[in-house]
Amino acid sequence: MTRIYDLAATRRGFMGLAAGGAALAATGGAVQAQRVRTAARIAIVGAGAGGTAIANRLATRLEGATITIIDGRQQHWYQPGFTLIAAGLKPATYSVSNTGDWLPEGVEWVPEFAAEIDPEANAVTTATGRRVEYDYLIVATGLTLDWDAIEGFSLDMVGQNGISAHYAGPDYAELSWRELDRFVDQGGVGLFGRPATEMKCAGAPLKITFLADDIARRRGKRDSIEVVYNANNQSLFGVPIVHHKVRQLFDERGFVTRYDHVLKAVDGARKVATYATPDGDVETEYDFINVIPPQRAPQVVRDSGLSWADRWTDQGWIEVDMQTLRHLRYPNVFGVGDINGVPKGKTAASAKFHQPVVEDHLVSEIAGGEGTKTFSGYTSCPMITRIGRAMLIEFDYNNNLVPSFPGVIAPLEELWISWLMKEIALKPTYNAMLRGLA
Amino acid sequence: MEQLTLGTLIAVWEEMFGATLFWAMVVVAAVITVLYLYVLIRDRAMSMRKFLLAQLSMPVGAVAAVGFVLTITNSSLSDMGGPIDWLVLLGIAAAGAVGFAILVYVAQSLIRGAQSD
Repeated sequence: MTRIYDLAATRRGFMGLAAGGAALAATGGAVQAQRVRTAARIAIVGAGAGGTAIANRLATRLEGATITIIDGRQQHWYQPGFTLIAAGLKPATYSVSNTGDWLPEGVEWVPEFAAEIDPEANAVTTATGRRVEYDYLIVATGLTLDWDAIEGFSLDMVGQNGISAHYAGPDYAELSWRELDRFVDQGGVGLFGRPATEMKCAGAPLKITFLADDIARRRGKRDSIEVVYNANNQSLFGVPIVHHKVRQLFDERGFVTRYDHVLKAVDGARKVATYATPDGDVETEYDFINVIPPQRAPQVVRDSGLSWADRWTDQGWIEVDMQTLRHLRYPNVFGVGDINGVPKGKTAASAKFHQPVVEDHLVSEIAGGEGTKTFSGYTSCPMITRIGRAMLIEFDYNNNLVPSFPGVIAPLEELWISWLMKEIALKPTYNAMLRGLA
Repeated sequence: MEQLTLGTLIAVWEEMFGATLFWAMVVVAAVITVLYLYVLIRDRAMSMRKFLLAQLSMPVGAVAAVGFVLTITNSSLSDMGGPIDWLVLLGIAAAGAVGFAILVYVAQSLIRGAQSD
């Protein structure tokens, strides 16, 4: 029972900031764990949300360790902000900061991309040939957006002729807003949808669909646009109870929902999108399309031998234990964030929940013990259903809803407080997570 | 730090407002509270006249607090979706009302001094 209570408290820790903090603050007195002395060499590949947060945590917990974080990306992107940028609610700068600003002293940042990960030799080699040897490896690369998998599409098409792609980054999200804005004014057919692979934030395709509808309504233009959502399978969301709620909202708002439609090609000149369906390819003309491509592990990870051999073979997620996030074949390797080959959880909230688990198992082992913490599959999705309202959907591996505030904030109800959390509490919480403080 | 502790909340608030602004607001709130206690002790009584004006100013504080939150969050009263939303809104209004009333009381006491009703 203690564990269940702890998990509940943990969820509150992430989401519970907008509502009455002072009272809740009394619930827990954190005990700062003692620092562990070690000469261990720890390599972290990737300085996104997961890698940066674990670097900060380990720098706090370990004394004398050599911690090296490898990532060539200079900009840090707050990805949960992309939807807000693509809806014209925030500027592109809202999601942009510097990678180096979040990294702690005592951690060496190698500002290069990893070119090779060799778990047999316990070494990572960078693009310029620098070799980083490790005793423990944390894979936190995130994932790769496979734009080339959409025939006829390239990112330079975004921001014109009705093409949007807010997953590509903050600037592309802003370009996407320009097209959405124009589409709503001019009218026509808008195509939305999601890829058939695992993806980060599976709620995001639904959110941008809801927002397009809401923006059109606010301008009195709803009758001039048709909203078409293309689901990759027979479901709108992987959690059945959420699927049914979203289906109901889609029906109420007059969306056309097409199941088993996977985007495979975009013809920008003709403004025609091609979808693979069980009955063959289907062509649909559009005036606006939101493109979200298939998502896979980066090539450096797929070449490393860390991926599952028999699951997600076209995607390459790494073979970790779904509870401990420790690699099943290389016990000195852990995964944090989107790269993990587990059934749920490619969100910032999940990356946050990976932190204490990986920290516990790694630090405990260094200290000569064994970690006990586990990851439940916790995933959180503040599902925006219109500007000003959202549903605070939280679930686990078993498709159970695991609300942070049971009986107070209903997960399947469109609420203002859930919007407040998305808009004002999430980014500060995310930033605190990066610093290893939340 | 996994649980929602005061330390976590402070870390989040610092991120929300920036550490400087956050602690400046904490100091301002603390100073007003201390001044309130100071004038109460100095005057050895609540001045009902000042308290009346403070009470009359409460709606201003309530409306200002709600307006501020709605403005910074791209939302409006029509977005209230359930009882919890109204409760949160009332809480924000109440906090704004009480805070502003204390401010008005303290300001009167400091400006007008300890004169009686």
